[in-house]
Amino acid sequence: MSFGYFSRKVLAALATLAFVVCFNFFLFRVVESDPVASLFRGRNLTPAQRLELRQEFGLDGSKGEQFVRYLQQTAQLNLGRSYRSNQPVSSEIRERAWPTIALVGVSTLFSAIFGILIGIVAAWRRRTKADYGWTGFSMATYSMPDFWLGMLLLISFAVALGWFPVGGITDTGSDATGVAKLFDQAHHMFLPALTLTLAYLGEYALVMRSSLLDTMREDYLTLARAKGLRDVVVRNRHAVPNALLPVVTLIAINFGFVLSGAIAVETIFSWPGLGLLTYDALKGPDLPMLQGLFLVFSAAVIFFNLVADLLYGFLDPRVRTP
Amino acid sequence: MSSIAVSPRSIAWQRRRRALAQAWAQYRRHLPGMIGLGVLVVIVAMALLAPVISNHDELRAVNTVDNPTWATPSEFPPLGTDNLGRSVWAQFVWGARISLLVGLAATLIAIVIGSVVGIAAGFYRGVGSAVLMRLTEWFLVIPFLPLAIVLAAILGPSVRNIILVIGITSWPSTARLVRAQVLTLKERLYVERSRALGASNRHLIGRHIFPNVSPIILANLTLTVPIAILSETTLAFLGLGDPTRASWGKMLDEAFRAGALSRNAWWYFLPPGLGIMAVVIAFTLIGSALEEILDPRLRERRK
Repeated sequence: MSFGYFSRKVLAALATLAFVVCFNFFLFRVVESDPVASLFRGRNLTPAQRLELRQEFGLDGSKGEQFVRYLQQTAQLNLGRSYRSNQPVSSEIRERAWPTIALVGVSTLFSAIFGILIGIVAAWRRRTKADYGWTGFSMATYSMPDFWLGMLLLISFAVALGWFPVGGITDTGSDATGVAKLFDQAHHMFLPALTLTLAYLGEYALVMRSSLLDTMREDYLTLARAKGLRDVVVRNRHAVPNALLPVVTLIAINFGFVLSGAIAVETIFSWPGLGLLTYDALKGPDLPMLQGLFLVFSAAVIFFNLVADLLYGFLDPRVRTP
Repeated sequence: MSSIAVSPRSIAWQRRRRALAQAWAQYRRHLPGMIGLGVLVVIVAMALLAPVISNHDELRAVNTVDNPTWATPSEFPPLGTDNLGRSVWAQFVWGARISLLVGLAATLIAIVIGSVVGIAAGFYRGVGSAVLMRLTEWFLVIPFLPLAIVLAAILGPSVRNIILVIGITSWPSTARLVRAQVLTLKERLYVERSRALGASNRHLIGRHIFPNVSPIILANLTLTVPIAILSETTLAFLGLGDPTRASWGKMLDEAFRAGALSRNAWWYFLPPGLGIMAVVIAFTLIGSALEEILDPRLRERRK
């Protein structure tokens, strides 16, 4: 990959990040009135206390001063204090990030594997029962609200059958450590991970199917067959690797979006990640927390978009040249 | 043909009518597209007939104190009641109206913004066009759901705000699609010839660019509606929907909060989810059928 392509993409991503940081400030300041007044409604505050609270939440001074201070603090990864818990937003986000990354990572991996396999089967056996069945299945999971699918799985496998816990990340009061703790967490993660896997697999399957169908019309496949290669070899060595290209970039891009897309699913299963943090921050609303989460979610999308671009440049020589 | 009726405009209209009739003839042969259309017609009819086939009074808890709570469909046909004794069937039917309204209205906003931005960014050159393009790319990477959540939380819950929020967060993909199409269109020979004959930008956009991108906009519209409906569902589920109007998303929110899951009250949360699925599949089928018919490159693939 040329250095020019690399640096161009990184610079564009940094510019986007700068835009998001500024946008984030104005989005929250445009409508915010006086949170100190509404938070401490009914309490007798002296003007001095009021001022002190404003300073604590960074709400004193003109909008310009606030903006400069916001930029300085954001550069130091200081995202302010939560109205609800009065804890630094950044440390709460850091603490809650791991459960989400684990959940989203596992689900993305499985949805990618199964989505691609389903897409290959459907495209290769085009217009057979296998194609109609798998394409129908993909369409169905794609069109369900993901949290509704989660509710269905929850009621069947946790409430009715009792195979899995109904929520949380560990058994309450459990003091297990080591392998036992890991097993307990995996047991809790199964249903939310299954939900997200099913919810995202449909899109990958449909994209893989249409990409492979496009590839199958290429001349080099006709040539490969004319050479006398077996069907399986044509598929696995010539068609699939080329058809994978758009799916791989889609997966990288989606990974950034899935981080924030798990909000409703995490809520259903009380999975203590960033999604549940968002849901809880909405009551109130806890604006510094929402602002911090919004920044983190946007940064994730920008980062994985960059990864997708670089991956594409690495995998497909045609896009490297401007 | 008699000579009186022949004017450039009438010729153009005849041509358009013929093209439309041809497209419909092709669409009728497209089985998945027709299935989608059929499902959609049924659901829209149900939403329009809501006052006839259900009792609006059953939606308010003040009117339902005499009803049993958590009644199963067999105890309180056709779909049972919720924790407040309200009819699930009435909520389902009236909720269809709000879900469809939000989906269609939000899509309309998104498509109008996206088309205007896309045509402007693709047709004109210069600083303004470059800025528009940058803006589109920036908005493409802002995660849609958190932005919608933040906007809805700031603006406050009402049907109008939900429509606005989904509309102004969904336009960038349309803008990008339209811009790419306009970029290739404006290099075509007939556009160049028209410009050489002295046509103004307005004439070029109105007569050549817009009519040629409109099929793509139409296909994109039908593919945006399901996304908008799913977004409404998620926002309503997170408690950001209009608290006074039933929608499918709000039904799921209330069912979840009322503990329908632990009570195994499947009749409460199954219908809205199935309704959403049906609408989303219907629009997706219609959209991809339109795409295949209107986009010659895809039509070829069907052979």
